[in-house]
Amino acid sequence: MSHAFFYALLGVGLFTFGLYALIIHNHLLRKILALNVMGSGVFLVLVALAKRSQAADPVPHAMVITGIVVAISATALALALMLRLQAETGRAELPEESLE
Amino acid sequence: MINPTPMSEEHKQQVPLQRLLVLLLAMMAAGLGYAVLSLPPSAPGLSGWVAENLDTSGVSNPVTAVLLNFRAYDTLLEMGVLLLALLGVWSLGSIPQRHEPTPGAVLALLARLLVPLLILVAGYLLWVGAYAPGGAFQAGSVLGAAGVLLLLTGWYPDARWMGLPLRMTLVAGLAVFVVVGIVLIALGEQLLEYPPPLAAALILLVEAAATLSIGITLAALFMGGRPSAGSGR
Repeated sequence: MSHAFFYALLGVGLFTFGLYALIIHNHLLRKILALNVMGSGVFLVLVALAKRSQAADPVPHAMVITGIVVAISATALALALMLRLQAETGRAELPEESLE
Repeated sequence: MINPTPMSEEHKQQVPLQRLLVLLLAMMAAGLGYAVLSLPPSAPGLSGWVAENLDTSGVSNPVTAVLLNFRAYDTLLEMGVLLLALLGVWSLGSIPQRHEPTPGAVLALLARLLVPLLILVAGYLLWVGAYAPGGAFQAGSVLGAAGVLLLLTGWYPDARWMGLPLRMTLVAGLAVFVVVGIVLIALGEQLLEYPPPLAAALILLVEAAATLSIGITLAALFMGGRPSAGSGR
């Protein structure tokens, strides 16, 4: 197993942990952080799999740069929405839903 | 749960649910891992294609060539996403009123030392992106970091810069990109299909505008709201 697959599997692990945290936590800041961890996992998979040839494939690298910028934008917007929600309701959490 | 239960009891009830979640996620991770491992161990992807056409792209760094020439369309739309996010943040309200921050001596000194250096690094990254790792996004984020550092020390741009000049800078990256694209269409090329002799200059032009816009946009996102043209704060 080459290094590329080791890092790609790490990326899968990051994605999974992020998804777990996204589901488990109520606080929106933690959810936003979890989404960022998930995104980092995806970026790691892409960059790692690009290294399956002698010279790294530049196309996934360019996609990751694009993805990072989109992730930053989405995070900033999500944080602003969270702050607004907190200003309106006093809590930065989604209302508790009944599981029944 | 109909009645609100004490925290500990609620947690107790959720434990089986949590175990189920862990099980499902473990299955998902195993599936994803299997999918990753079943990929061919050696795949050149598009790297050969990029290498073949690198000579006509105007730059020698393959990532920059993909970002600003072969897939410039993606980058154009990405500048749009950045601008849209800022518009979203601005539409939520004006800059939150903050108590007057009094930066510590260390932070103030650090900002004074680092900001000129960061601007220099941003310029270097922009230039070096043509033939080595670097480029508009790296330079823009370094510039954005300089802006965030300044904002943390309590510095705000003068009120007269917060109106039209700020907005012009924010859209400059996207505007230059779109204008270059449209001019190329008018000259009989496809959208953002640079003629090889002009490619290097056009890429540098687009990248310079993009760097400035990305940096200022990131710093503006950090402000957390729409600056009103009349007041600096």
